Amino acid sequence: MVGRFLGQPSDSPRPALVLLKDITKRFPGVVANDHVTFELRPGEVHALLGENGAGKTTLMNILYGLYRPDSGEIWVKGERVDIRSPRDAIRLGIGMVHQHFKLVLPHTVAENVALGLAGMPFWAPARAVAQKLRELSQRYGLPVDPERRVWELSAGEQQRVEILKALIRGAEVLILDEPTSVLTPQEAQELFKVLARMKAEGHGIIFISHKLDEVLAVADRITVMRRGKVVGTVLAQDTNKAELARMMVGREVVFRFTKTVCQPGEEALSVRDLYVRDDRGLWALKGVSFGVCRGEILGIAGIAGNGQRELVEVLTGLRPAERGKILLLGRDVTNRSPRLLSDLGCAHVPEERIRMGIVPGLSVEENLILKRHHREPFCWGGFLQTWAIRAFAQKAVEEYGIMTPSLRTPAKLLSGGNIQRLILARELSGKPVVVIAAHPTYGLDVGATEQIRQLLLRQREEGAAVLLVSEDLEEIMELADRIAVMFRGEIMGIVAAGEATLEEIGLMMAGERRPVSVRGEGT
Amino acid sequence: MDWTSWVISTVSRALAFGVPLLWGTLGEIYAERAGVVNLGVEGMMILGAFMAFAVTQSVGSPGLGLFCAAMVGGVAALVHAFLTVTLRANQYVAGLALSMFGLGLAGLLGRGWEGKPLSSTLPYLTVPGLSRIPVLGPMLFQDQTVLTYIGLVLAVLLWILLFRTRWGVAIRSVGENPATADALGINVTLVRYLCVVFGGLLAGVGGGYLSVAYRPAWTEGMTAGMGWIVIALTIFAAWDPLQAIWGAFFFGALYHLSYRLQAFLAPELLKLMPYFFAVVVLAASGFGRARWRRRAPAALGVPYVRGER
Repeated sequence: MVGRFLGQPSDSPRPALVLLKDITKRFPGVVANDHVTFELRPGEVHALLGENGAGKTTLMNILYGLYRPDSGEIWVKGERVDIRSPRDAIRLGIGMVHQHFKLVLPHTVAENVALGLAGMPFWAPARAVAQKLRELSQRYGLPVDPERRVWELSAGEQQRVEILKALIRGAEVLILDEPTSVLTPQEAQELFKVLARMKAEGHGIIFISHKLDEVLAVADRITVMRRGKVVGTVLAQDTNKAELARMMVGREVVFRFTKTVCQPGEEALSVRDLYVRDDRGLWALKGVSFGVCRGEILGIAGIAGNGQRELVEVLTGLRPAERGKILLLGRDVTNRSPRLLSDLGCAHVPEERIRMGIVPGLSVEENLILKRHHREPFCWGGFLQTWAIRAFAQKAVEEYGIMTPSLRTPAKLLSGGNIQRLILARELSGKPVVVIAAHPTYGLDVGATEQIRQLLLRQREEGAAVLLVSEDLEEIMELADRIAVMFRGEIMGIVAAGEATLEEIGLMMAGERRPVSVRGEGT
Repeated sequence: MDWTSWVISTVSRALAFGVPLLWGTLGEIYAERAGVVNLGVEGMMILGAFMAFAVTQSVGSPGLGLFCAAMVGGVAALVHAFLTVTLRANQYVAGLALSMFGLGLAGLLGRGWEGKPLSSTLPYLTVPGLSRIPVLGPMLFQDQTVLTYIGLVLAVLLWILLFRTRWGVAIRSVGENPATADALGINVTLVRYLCVVFGGLLAGVGGGYLSVAYRPAWTEGMTAGMGWIVIALTIFAAWDPLQAIWGAFFFGALYHLSYRLQAFLAPELLKLMPYFFAVVVLAASGFGRARWRRRAPAALGVPYVRGER
């Protein structure tokens, strides 16, 4: 284990901007932070690295006053403080940009910034704030129009609003929780420039991430957390990807998969000129066309909210198509029921695994047969066949390594990784023709992620057509044979995975068009 | 009766009948803008109507009667706020209960007064000067009570407060995204309490208007479903105080016409008219989903719990 701790507590003459000393926070069943010590100096970017569930966000929520620590001390600029609410944190000069933005979507940028801002006039506060907003945007290179409504903005622009919100409140400490998860690679570079500018002005930035490359690129120091504990703090210039990965996971990590050459067969899923509306009645898909062949993985890349959710829903029968066609093995299945699609061999690994993937209150075995509970051998004459269900569930639990106390345990009590294994066990049983997987590894630990990716690759080898929707570009680059990039409900281009560079895909994610090849030529 | 005077009297009466609808709707708009549905409008109105009548009859002052009506509406709304904001009860169930409770209580207390006419009523005004303008004068500036004009001014003021002031930003943010407001130091609970109670005050006055001005008498159930029309109007007005004026006027006209046309159509059918149109309006706003749904406060009907994300 790496045991290098650098400068804790600080030995520099200026006091640390923030010092979290020996913080412990317990939630029912877990110790989220176990005697964690963390220090932030003025003019540095300090990255907090760790897997999902390592306790990074909990620690920062404590600093921002959303949680109270069970024990430990918080020091800000050399003074011991008690932070009871975000209001206290703001007063102390701490700003946080949450992973899920805290913005009022129907309101204008100026109204969002003016909300709860001290010293604003009673009348027309938005107008008063607009002027100040323009100055700050100029100074830090964060262009944004104060009059625009937030829902019209891209994720990157919304993030700028969040940063400006913190700056206008005089934040010296800025906490960024997974800030690049909503950005294209180019937008991420822009953000890094803004951070450099803030650094030069003496701000301290805490950068939460689980991505090794960007942490190495942006941070001065890196603190790695695993299972609620600090593994160590290292200087970015003294470390490398492999060491960080080892600290983060606790063992050697293999970065490469063995992937067989793609041998595409017949076209299993074909989408022709599809038009679909979102919940607000606006167009979410505008003339989307593509095909997925047996034995290939088509990756759908793009920033969240560009129509991916609606695409998955229309393909699985959950959302009506207004125009266009969906063909499953040549058969027109446009606007047919989810059950028919499922019966024809369409497997769905949904985006929200707890809300859409399982029935949380039902047992593991019941969840495992949900798609086929009405058919033999699980049902006969209207009665469930307990023994058949049990036998099937037992086999699935063993085969997919689902860790559960018993088959009768309610599915909601399983961990995220095991819920996902359960969903895959159900969806992949019975040889699906098409597998539609939406963000299948989102929020999972390294072990579960590896297993889920292997399962998807195995489906491809067994001749299923796999549609993989993911915001994780690395995942798409690694698994997919071809990559389609979505932007504002359209496909900007489809490229072979081997030939695409990250920059190219990034540009397409920002709306640059490439020639679309509708049919898979394979690689 | 000639055509012009028919139109004049219809507009004038529609305006007068729209008053309780306008006051109730303005109040409900504020409650819902802060994220709380209050289906108890009918109950708050009938309590206000009874209170206004009882106080005016006993003391002889319609002004004091209306003040007490506002208070009783506010207290009823306070109960709703306590149930839904503090205890996080289901807003729809709590609101329905409040309506039933209000109707029942007013009926019980009002037994002794049933059918009695009021001795001193809210005076009908003739605005000096303006009432002499041809056509418009008798339409708008004769035979109205002061509540008509206060209501119209109030609608404008409430619009300004909601869209052009710091408080307005806070109220709308609480209704759209309470977690965000909370994170920026807005007291979500306080804002919701204030808005719901304010809504109750206005609903109480709206009810009081019925018993001390429009039909100066007490009859059980005299609000006759106006509270439910208010709920529909709030949606019809897209949670906008200025649009509530047109909505209240339109439904006031429908109510009035259902009396006027009794000679030609079955009265039962005519009485259905406001409710029938309420359904039509709601259906229409459902179809025009893009425009309307985007305007509904996003956190409407959802209790706020800190830390739930």
